[in-house]
Amino acid sequence: MEKIGVFVCHCGSNIKGNVDTAAVVEQISHVDGVAMAVEYPYMCAEAGQAMIRNAITEHGLTGVVVAACSPRMHEATFRKAAERAGLNSYMVEIANIREQCSWVHRDTVSATKKAVALARAAVAKVHRNTPLHPGESSVTKRALVVGGGIAGIQAALDIAEAGFEVTIVETTPSIGGKMAQLDKTFPTLDCSACILTPKMVDAAGHDNIAIHTYSEIEKVEGFVGNFTVSIRKKARSVDMDKCTGCGDCWAKCPVKRVPSEFDSGLCNRTAIYTPFAQAVPNVPVIDRTNCVKFKTGRCGLCRTVCQPGAIDFDQQDEIITENFGAVVLATGYDTISLDKFGEYAYHDSPDVLTALEFERMTNAAGPTDGRIVRMSDGHKPKSITFIQCVGSRDITNRGKTYCSKICCMYTAKQAILIKDKYPDVDVQVFYIDVRTPGKNFDEFYRRAAEEYGVKYIKGQVGKVVNVGDTLHIQAVDMLEGRHMDIQTDMIILATAIQPSATAKTTAGMFSSSVDQNHFMTEAHPKLRPVESHTAGVFLAGCGQGPKDIPETVAQASAAAAKVIGLLVKDKLMTNPCTAATDEDLCNNCGLCGNVCPYGAITYESKLTASVNNALCQGCGACVVTCPSGAMDLHGFTNRQLMAEVDAICK
Amino acid sequence: MQITDFNPNIVAFCCNWCSYAGADLAGTSRLQYPVQVRIIKVPCSCRVDPLFILRAFQRGADGVAVCGCHPGDCHYATGNYYTRRRMALLHNMLDFMGIERDRMLLQWVSAAEGAKFAKTMTDFVENIHMLGKNTRLADWRVVNAGNNETES
Amino acid sequence: MHSNHTKNELLAISGADIDRCMKCGRCSASCPSHQAMDIRPHQFVSYAADGRVDALLECNSLWQCLSCFACIQRCPRDVKPAQLIEAARLMVIRQQGENYIDPDEIPGLLNNDVPQQLLVSAFRKYRK
Repeated sequence: MEKIGVFVCHCGSNIKGNVDTAAVVEQISHVDGVAMAVEYPYMCAEAGQAMIRNAITEHGLTGVVVAACSPRMHEATFRKAAERAGLNSYMVEIANIREQCSWVHRDTVSATKKAVALARAAVAKVHRNTPLHPGESSVTKRALVVGGGIAGIQAALDIAEAGFEVTIVETTPSIGGKMAQLDKTFPTLDCSACILTPKMVDAAGHDNIAIHTYSEIEKVEGFVGNFTVSIRKKARSVDMDKCTGCGDCWAKCPVKRVPSEFDSGLCNRTAIYTPFAQAVPNVPVIDRTNCVKFKTGRCGLCRTVCQPGAIDFDQQDEIITENFGAVVLATGYDTISLDKFGEYAYHDSPDVLTALEFERMTNAAGPTDGRIVRMSDGHKPKSITFIQCVGSRDITNRGKTYCSKICCMYTAKQAILIKDKYPDVDVQVFYIDVRTPGKNFDEFYRRAAEEYGVKYIKGQVGKVVNVGDTLHIQAVDMLEGRHMDIQTDMIILATAIQPSATAKTTAGMFSSSVDQNHFMTEAHPKLRPVESHTAGVFLAGCGQGPKDIPETVAQASAAAAKVIGLLVKDKLMTNPCTAATDEDLCNNCGLCGNVCPYGAITYESKLTASVNNALCQGCGACVVTCPSGAMDLHGFTNRQLMAEVDAICK
Repeated sequence: MQITDFNPNIVAFCCNWCSYAGADLAGTSRLQYPVQVRIIKVPCSCRVDPLFILRAFQRGADGVAVCGCHPGDCHYATGNYYTRRRMALLHNMLDFMGIERDRMLLQWVSAAEGAKFAKTMTDFVENIHMLGKNTRLADWRVVNAGNNETES
Repeated sequence: MHSNHTKNELLAISGADIDRCMKCGRCSASCPSHQAMDIRPHQFVSYAADGRVDALLECNSLWQCLSCFACIQRCPRDVKPAQLIEAARLMVIRQQGENYIDPDEIPGLLNNDVPQQLLVSAFRKYRK
């Protein structure tokens, strides 16, 4: 005879406020097989858990139902509690009466009725539960970091320092990411390169770190502890082992008019190039779409001048396959296209810049050697105007609904940098709200306004017209209710940021999900902020959501800590909810093997299908496919789910 | 039964990785949807056997929803593609059986789409209200017996 | 104060969702006839939110708005100020009981250089 205990949680007033928990206890206690039912304010608290443990021993419970919050919150908690009292943890089921009942229905009477139905379904299921025992799988003690920006570098360094091998895969020819493009960093005005390049060099020289730049993830197989990843190393056309990074090749390259990606298009690069002087590795690539040799077959100047003979026009893409135990996705961000924002004259005037372009201009290593000039005539501007929220907080199809988070602060930084260099330049900022949450952030912004005399105007620019050599701005000062028709020499747009174009496909390859804006989704917004929904896959940096450098570094180190925590284990517990064949029913038709995405089903015996528990992830595709009902899924058996259906429909 | 006091019975199968999390998000965001919706968690939408759906209709469900990850986003890579095909066939079968195909809904809801979950359910229940009580497939021996029947 | 009925009427006619407004001012900054307006587009939205609809029905802006829809195009929150202004004009017209232009006069006014939109708003605005 089954003896099931039902434990109804109040969750303070979260559940009790909308569900008559006493009535749930009363009604559920009459259901067949229910030996006892109780309620308690906080089941997840130690006292609540003790209640469950004691009940298991006292009543000799064979199954436990906890009617509480989502199993995604506390299923593991209650399973552990049961385990401690000697009950197999898979004899516990959760009825989700908070997220899926009390929080979404206001009427207490009907919500209570639903809570009873959900609890009844859980009881019906637990009746048919069987004890399950997790298996074990090995852990490949190596980590993969996708993305070589500051997030990827930080995560890789932390993991490598803990003694594990790390591979960084970066799509561009150098690691460093967006941070390498920046001049100074807020709110301390540290030089970005000064704090980043040592880390780049550390990463490059670390015994435990392998870096694949100009490379992409090609294919991913496997699961936590045992990922098999194919990496496409795009043909660099330069032999990495022979190249000394002397620079003779790009000095002689006749193609000199390719807009430099690193300098945000403010200046040009050659067809054979390294993105920037401190590139890691300091080995150029040939951009085959622009190289004359690849376009016409005639040239080859770089090969002629290369003394070590490193140039290899015949180099092919190479695909390497490696095994990893854990993965950090740090794919970063890009700025949005301004094609839909014609009113800011970005495409009409070279003096309208995005903030990232300005970052290159003000950088001493940038195309103007740090001089702030109008790109149109090379003159120093007399007035510079910043426009905030270009495409951020925009619910139309032009922009992004979210706040890009970093713009208010980098605008204050850039305004200070201008005033620092040229106190005589008028600097004004059109803003909607200035958002400065962060340590020393508001103080920094106030310094821009108070010490440096940056004029902050609450209002927006409606239109920019490029007239001759000045930019005419039509704007509004919201506080004065005043219309402004002003002229300025240079405009800097705080363009919204978005996840880099590869975020969605990369996340997809690791079975990890993205939100409607293609930011990667964390497993829990508060409590599991660096874990993805896929075990063993962790998130860091702007690929997960807009964030500044300190936050990115913190998240990267957190992700690294999670990776290390995983890699130190010798064995991982595997999910026991896997498929299994009833050999008496299986007629070896082979359909289940066809639908299995993991190749977990084999027919070696030639008589029945057999499931490899280490490979099976428990999706259940085979169970539904099986025409003879021989396949079933532990934890979600046909009988269990049918029982839930019956109980709910009752 | 009068249409006015028709209280539909809705079963929603939600996959663990996307839609169940989406339903949870509707909860944490306090987005209201009809109380008649009761969710059964499955690891993947491809775990939903068409027989479960027919069984639900037999036992008195007026509508059944199956929710999974968006195509291409399946945690198990391809599970929801199987679901999509199976449910297309099931829709045809419902037509054949003379059951309104709108009583069965297949919808993709990601873990980030709490609002979509709430809206999907609200719209679905409204549709079921218009279709009225499911009488074609209900097994009246079971439905009438109601709570008197001992649990099988 | 002013009746909610009027505010609801304004919102119903316009179909504008003024709760979305985050008071950035891009509508007024974009408006080509701002100088002639006593209540600017962004203020128009605030007035409507406050329920001060009578002031809107009396203001000069109704007749200065060109219905160019720049405010609608530039608004990041999809608030549609021009539709709000058009709705207010319509409420005035309805109070008066007639349009300013007789529909029969339209064919004579048609001209390839004149945007049709202008004619539509001229319906409300001008007395021949």
